[in-house]
Amino acid sequence: MAPDISPIILLLASIFTSNILLANFLGMCSFITISKDLKSANGLGLAVILVMTVTTVINYAVYNYILVFFHIEYLRFIVFIIVIAAVVQMLEMIIERLSPALYMALGIFLPLITVNCAILGVSLFMQIRSYNFVQTVVYGLGSGVGWWLAILALAAIRQKVEKAPVPAGLKGPGITLIIIGLMAMAFIGFSGMLNVQ
Amino acid sequence: MGLDFLTAPLIVASISVILSVIISVIDMIVNNYGEVKLSINSGKKILTVKGGSSLLSTLGEQDIFLPSACGGRATCGVCKIKVKSDVGPHLPTELPFISKEEMQENIRLSCQIKVKTDLELEIPEELFAIQKYSTTVTSIRDLTPDIKEIKCTLKDSQQIDFRAGQYAQFVVPPYGKIKQETQRAYSIASPPGKKSELDFIVRLVPGGIATTYVFTVLKEGDTLDIIAPLGDFQLHGEHEDMLCIAGGSGMAPIQAMLFDMFEKKINGRDIYYFFGVATSKDMFYLELFRDLEKKWPVFHFVPVIAAPDSGSGWKGETGLVTQPLEKYLNDKLPEDKPKQGYLCGSPGMIDACIKVLTTHGIAEDSIFYDKFA
Repeated sequence: MAPDISPIILLLASIFTSNILLANFLGMCSFITISKDLKSANGLGLAVILVMTVTTVINYAVYNYILVFFHIEYLRFIVFIIVIAAVVQMLEMIIERLSPALYMALGIFLPLITVNCAILGVSLFMQIRSYNFVQTVVYGLGSGVGWWLAILALAAIRQKVEKAPVPAGLKGPGITLIIIGLMAMAFIGFSGMLNVQ
Repeated sequence: MGLDFLTAPLIVASISVILSVIISVIDMIVNNYGEVKLSINSGKKILTVKGGSSLLSTLGEQDIFLPSACGGRATCGVCKIKVKSDVGPHLPTELPFISKEEMQENIRLSCQIKVKTDLELEIPEELFAIQKYSTTVTSIRDLTPDIKEIKCTLKDSQQIDFRAGQYAQFVVPPYGKIKQETQRAYSIASPPGKKSELDFIVRLVPGGIATTYVFTVLKEGDTLDIIAPLGDFQLHGEHEDMLCIAGGSGMAPIQAMLFDMFEKKINGRDIYYFFGVATSKDMFYLELFRDLEKKWPVFHFVPVIAAPDSGSGWKGETGLVTQPLEKYLNDKLPEDKPKQGYLCGSPGMIDACIKVLTTHGIAEDSIFYDKFA
């Protein structure tokens, strides 16, 4: 049974209070490596929004109409990953043809997203929480937007930190992890405002 | 229902198959760019090609061979081409090879850009002469323990026009453990007067893919594909005295230039040829050039063996090639006549010789060289 949550609440929750990055800590690798400058962070963020929304919806259909029907729900990990890889491949080809400018902007980020665990995580949460179709769309989109906002925020902070006197041993990923920790603590402030778990 | 265990693998397999079919269909629809027109040198040549592949391979299929040492992997940066149409900003893979000036002129790496729309290109005329030739190996001869002379004849009575000093790329097919076709450059040692027979001098590089092929696999009568002519090492000027310096298999382009001049009866300039090798057994073509020296008064041959065998009775110059070079520059050559340097050999030898030549007042733009690593 789908939980009784209004789509608007779910959208806000997935963007802010249950931010996939800062509340669930998924998709950290690209979050740390691609957040050095705003432009790349923006490109990756937009690509994540697109891929996350599309794959969550497709995985919703695959799970509810194929896996459940054949009683092989336990294979969802493998099937979700296959679907994600294939969808990324298709999106890459279509975007290259339709909008070379967007393709150039996304660059290598699009294929990189195949191995972004946030994408798989959102598909799995969708299934574990048994969202209905509308909720799935909203949740996929919201999580993507949340990921995008979080990486933009981190990239902006890192550009400022660039000029700060960081101790040598903490430069790069070290200080970034500390920043992420502080951001996550700030996000704890949201907890309890909207409960979607 | 004993076959229940088959459901899961079958379903996963079908999902994968369906997805790959969808990908293939999308690929066919989306990557079908149809026929595309390439206009070369403002319309001098117009090619109609199938879009979708890289510019380098598209041109290759049309028998226009841009020089490319790495074969399209964006590691050599040689396959540059001027694209006048807009094909989007430079890719990250191109940037390491493109300077700021080149970027403004829209010079691109042809292996990295895809042919999608009609393109206007600029290709230097001389590149059209570059072709793939199929040859038959007529003779393989040991010159020294690690240098072989390869003679080959162009098939189907084809002829090749080239300048003395240019080189050819050997197309080495997959052999043994080498699974990929490889290309390596070798200077043409025969003069351009012979249009259907080419000579090469190949030194065995331990572990080298192409030289190992030439030394262990290639036999007389075999077919060898080459792409030629390439390179801009060639004769310059008319009156300056020439100091030719070669080491080991660096003999090839110098030999081609000298015999070309001899055949054309160019007698207006003195030519000194310093040819250096390491030991007595590494010396080759001694008689050939001593003979040339007798027939051609302006030609002076100075063979140098760094460390001759004590029993060999070597009466010529010894030491590194720079030592007799210095001696000749100090004592035997007229100081007032303008001179040029033509060098071919290892980077170390070339750098040492350039130093000697420049300290004796020869300007760097009068020194031409073909460095091989």
